[in-house]
Amino acid sequence: MNYLPNIIFALILIAGIGYFARNIKKLIRNIKLGREVDASDNKSQRWKNMARIALGQSKMVVRPIAGFLHIIVYVGFIIINIEVLEIIIDGLFGTHRIGLKVLPESVYGFLIGSFEILAVLVLIAVVVFWLRRNIINIKRFKSLKGWPKNDGNIILYFEVVLMCLFLVMNATDTSFQNMGAGNVISQFISPWFSDNPDTLHLIERSAWWLHIVGILVFLNYLYFSKHLHILLAFPNTYYGKLTPKGQFNNLEAVTNEVKLMMDPNADPFAAPAEDDNAEEPAKFGASDVMDLNRIQLLNAYTCTECGRCTSECPANQTGKKLSPRKIMMDTRDRLVEVGKNIDANGGEFKDDGKQLLGDYITNEELWACTTCNACVEACPVSIDPLSIIMEMRRYLVMEESAAPMELNNMMTNIENNGAPWPYNQQDRLNWVNE
Amino acid sequence: MSEQLQVKTMAEYMAEGKQPEVLFWVGSAGSYDDRAKKITKAFVKLLNNAGVEFAVLGAEESNTGDVAKRAGNEFLFQMQAMMNIEVLNAYEIKRIVTCDPHSFNCIKNEYPSLGGVYDVVHHTQYIKQLIDAGRLSVKGDTYKGKRITFHDPCYLGRANSEFHAPRSVLRNTNANLVEMKKNKRFALCCGAGGAQMFKEPEKGDKDVNILRTEQALETTPDIIATGCPYCNTMMTDGIKAKEKEDTVTVLDVAEVLANSL
Repeated sequence: MNYLPNIIFALILIAGIGYFARNIKKLIRNIKLGREVDASDNKSQRWKNMARIALGQSKMVVRPIAGFLHIIVYVGFIIINIEVLEIIIDGLFGTHRIGLKVLPESVYGFLIGSFEILAVLVLIAVVVFWLRRNIINIKRFKSLKGWPKNDGNIILYFEVVLMCLFLVMNATDTSFQNMGAGNVISQFISPWFSDNPDTLHLIERSAWWLHIVGILVFLNYLYFSKHLHILLAFPNTYYGKLTPKGQFNNLEAVTNEVKLMMDPNADPFAAPAEDDNAEEPAKFGASDVMDLNRIQLLNAYTCTECGRCTSECPANQTGKKLSPRKIMMDTRDRLVEVGKNIDANGGEFKDDGKQLLGDYITNEELWACTTCNACVEACPVSIDPLSIIMEMRRYLVMEESAAPMELNNMMTNIENNGAPWPYNQQDRLNWVNE
Repeated sequence: MSEQLQVKTMAEYMAEGKQPEVLFWVGSAGSYDDRAKKITKAFVKLLNNAGVEFAVLGAEESNTGDVAKRAGNEFLFQMQAMMNIEVLNAYEIKRIVTCDPHSFNCIKNEYPSLGGVYDVVHHTQYIKQLIDAGRLSVKGDTYKGKRITFHDPCYLGRANSEFHAPRSVLRNTNANLVEMKKNKRFALCCGAGGAQMFKEPEKGDKDVNILRTEQALETTPDIIATGCPYCNTMMTDGIKAKEKEDTVTVLDVAEVLANSL
């Protein structure tokens, strides 16, 4: 019977991690619905970017207040998780504060002491975050409604509860308090509780269990939340764009056709070669998530809906419907919908008569983009909303000929006389003598 | 312009059996748009003044296809690109300078994988090189003490990380360079990019160029300098809408320099 808590602990741990792993598998399957994309180049630069942007938070501090608070929560999250390691070992082997057995008291005290200070700093930061999201008039948060708004707050509540449980756990641990090392903060909380050792023990045990269960619930909440960025920011910054922001990719399938068109020796009536090794894509551009590439889909899962992109977007700032954040959220929502469809239909996608273009993202949003890259620059985790907008414009123009009338005129001019206006190409040099 | 501009085409160089130092890619705006043509001429004045042996393609130049690409028409873009590349490669062009950041970005970044590999510079970078090499000397009295604010074109600044050259060139005029709150990497677009130049904007509260003009006017400038013909149009329209055309002038960096020779 003595092993009952260990067994229960192991079961909870396996269930928690198992369910999370199952969902992560699903997430990877969904990302793989996208087109393959080669990002095997420049490995050293990619690692550097990950270290600088994700690990080093370099783009967060562009906005100093939010950036500073975020670093506190981020560092707190990573460091306090060392404590989780101890909890897991204690839980599995029935030990109590195994760290004290392997580390000198002074080192252990220093570690726990730092965790306690961080816990308080995280609490302060989280309170400010809550105020920014709910009280202070910040447009990028105020514009969130419904689930995205609740999602943001739920994460903050989680963090408050976890930090409080950690401090209470330490404050009610009589032997830890008596040791007098590391209880930097909890010594002040300790007097709030009764002196009865049994009650104290009960509270300490409850806080301990709730803390680890809370962490596992939080871990599993991630998959359903915008908060996935705490994991995906790392691969996402690794796969981030390395070429100049202004460089858009050249569609290879188009290159092949254009070359054929311009080759004077090509036989216009020739049947397509049998062993065409370059697989023709089903269509040009993207009308649904499966037409986007895997990095773009990873982008969508990584987005934490901070809205820095939208707040920098010239179209959005002037009241247009376009919001780069919404482009990312729509892409993820549609991808999740497609994933659920696949789950419900035994592993195969059944056409649901919907697609990303039209049902989620409207033409009006897409045509409002100035391709200025402000959103790409603003994203703290290297998301590229512009590339998705461009893929959808390509679909609209090349598959549906659905460009705005004025743009069609402009393109016809380029085709006819090599300029966006109806001027004669022979007059290109007239300015010299005017 | 009083003095006659010296402009030779690539075909003329070819006939003489010579290669120019650099090819000046004039671009569609610089060839046809009345306002942009003045920028083209100002830049040629600088090139003539520095004694640069440059060529233009003239009637052999065609649209880069940049705007078609941003509009989503990859076919038209690649058609244009390949036609231009054929011409450029036939003339064995190595170096290209242009006053249009969109042509600059497109030829520099998007032509290479289609077979067009050139050393492409923006005219503000080229002017800086001429000044640094001592080929162009600037008299710093026309704009001495004038407040100039530089509007970063997206496709020069954010897209290609060139923030220094235009500012460095402007400093040669002894003007008082003042920065907008949103500058360099965080500069607001003028509103013309992504093919917006050729269509009406979507419904909203205001036009992007008005917002950017308001940001520029916060610096109480005498001159708003740009390095892009489209930005120039947008900012000029913005100044007109704000009824400030009597006190604020919109000029290209090349024009500021050409007026300071």
